[in-house]
Amino acid sequence: MREFLSLVNLDTAGTNKSVYFLKAIIIPMLKRTPLHDAHVSIGARMVEFAGWEMPVQYTSHVQEHMAVRQAAGLFDVSHMGEIEITGDDALALVQRVTTNDASKLQDNQVQYSTLTNETGGVLDDLLVYRINAEYFLLIVNAGPADSDFDWIKRHASALNCEAHNTSSGYALLALQGPRAERILQQISDHMLDRIPYYWSQRVQVDGIDSRVSRTGYTGEDGFEILCKAADARHVWNRLLVTGQDRGLAPCGLAARNTLRLEAAYRLYGNDMDETTTPLEAGLGWVVKLGKGNFIGRDALARQREQGSKRKLVGFEVLDRAPARDSYPIVIEGQQAGVVTSGSPAPFLKKNIGLAYLPIEHTPVGTEFSVVIRGRNVPARVVETPFYKRERTFD
Amino acid sequence: MANTPEDLSYTKDHEWIRAKGNEATVGITDHAQNQLGDVVYVELPKVSDKFESSEPFGSVESVKAVSEIYMPVSGTVIEVNEALNDSPELVNEDPYGEGWMIRIKVDKPPELDALLTAIEYEDYIKEEAAE
Repeated sequence: MREFLSLVNLDTAGTNKSVYFLKAIIIPMLKRTPLHDAHVSIGARMVEFAGWEMPVQYTSHVQEHMAVRQAAGLFDVSHMGEIEITGDDALALVQRVTTNDASKLQDNQVQYSTLTNETGGVLDDLLVYRINAEYFLLIVNAGPADSDFDWIKRHASALNCEAHNTSSGYALLALQGPRAERILQQISDHMLDRIPYYWSQRVQVDGIDSRVSRTGYTGEDGFEILCKAADARHVWNRLLVTGQDRGLAPCGLAARNTLRLEAAYRLYGNDMDETTTPLEAGLGWVVKLGKGNFIGRDALARQREQGSKRKLVGFEVLDRAPARDSYPIVIEGQQAGVVTSGSPAPFLKKNIGLAYLPIEHTPVGTEFSVVIRGRNVPARVVETPFYKRERTFD
Repeated sequence: MANTPEDLSYTKDHEWIRAKGNEATVGITDHAQNQLGDVVYVELPKVSDKFESSEPFGSVESVKAVSEIYMPVSGTVIEVNEALNDSPELVNEDPYGEGWMIRIKVDKPPELDALLTAIEYEDYIKEEAAE
């Protein structure tokens, strides 16, 4: 048995006594990434996240957030799952279980997509890598990784392909920020400026065989580096040393969460789950009804035709008090939803959040209330993403 | 290592109290602000609000978490630190000084004797960390 501080510590109804942040919770038998000892050795504060023991912060949440916006940050995201699909029907299986059109992918291209059930509910969101025509790699969230794999395997049975859950064999690092390319280039054998956004390449990173993609979850330029679990510590240490002079900071889950929220990236489990569809979550651009049949297609086609009754919006709190996950939303005296993600935004210096609202209240500029400790606090629907990086060519 | 001034009393909820006669100043400890991280918002009660010992009188929020602050002893609020509205970071920078939260009239002075001394509080933090 080990003891951890709770990462998420929220007063769900806005009225109950919140779980005090120093009160430890006991969590047995957490999974550890290959970088666990490296995190502990540099003083990371470890917490439980989706069954994993993960670094929540190393120095300061805000400093780590700002490092990614202004220099670079390195994240261990090895808790994410890897599912590999191989065989003649690999594409057919990917097409059957995901909503985006994977037939459009070329070798080494990457695609954001969702995995939906028959009613169009989101089972997970994921990245689909086409390695070649008979080999696709899916990167899925840590929490649903095992159930995703069972689901995919079940739908593979009639097809001529195999699905393997290879999560434990890999480590995944995210190097994010305006200086990410310059740092990674110093120890890579491939010209990284030839990897466009949402493409990947097999790269030797300091001699370690890796798959490097220009992807991320922070709203900045950057890369995700997939390597064998056994090589993770070498790559992690080399990157930290190489980036030292350029302001590279190791970053924890706390910074990852506020960075993704500023970029309005949805968090699976918070901003979408089986009870919401990708259309409601504002991810209609990854639902390709014209690609042929897939699981959930009929339900999603119906919803697209009839229109959603609710939609995920971004909002700004018009008050100093931050809105937090699960705080109730009130419109005209009636509870109309809850905050699905809410936090102070360290770079924007505003209190922002995401929430599902009835469709008639979703236009930008619409005002509503968030209940914060029993008080109705005004908030306004705004354009997303909250943060959009300026493209620079330095 | 957290700073724990010897002339203050402490609670297991990580508040400190500095009593002078029947009046006292209350804030959160250096250890608490350190665990909480960058404070971005402090919600405080109104002058003349009355609270029992251990009752929450406000909340302090960092970017990642919100925590309630509890009364070390029963009392009536006589002043709140208005500077925290514009500069909540004072809680991080100077938790025992500029980062104070409220001044109270102590309603039941004997309750002060039940609080932790600096040494007892430091032992408590160590126990908490070792658990």
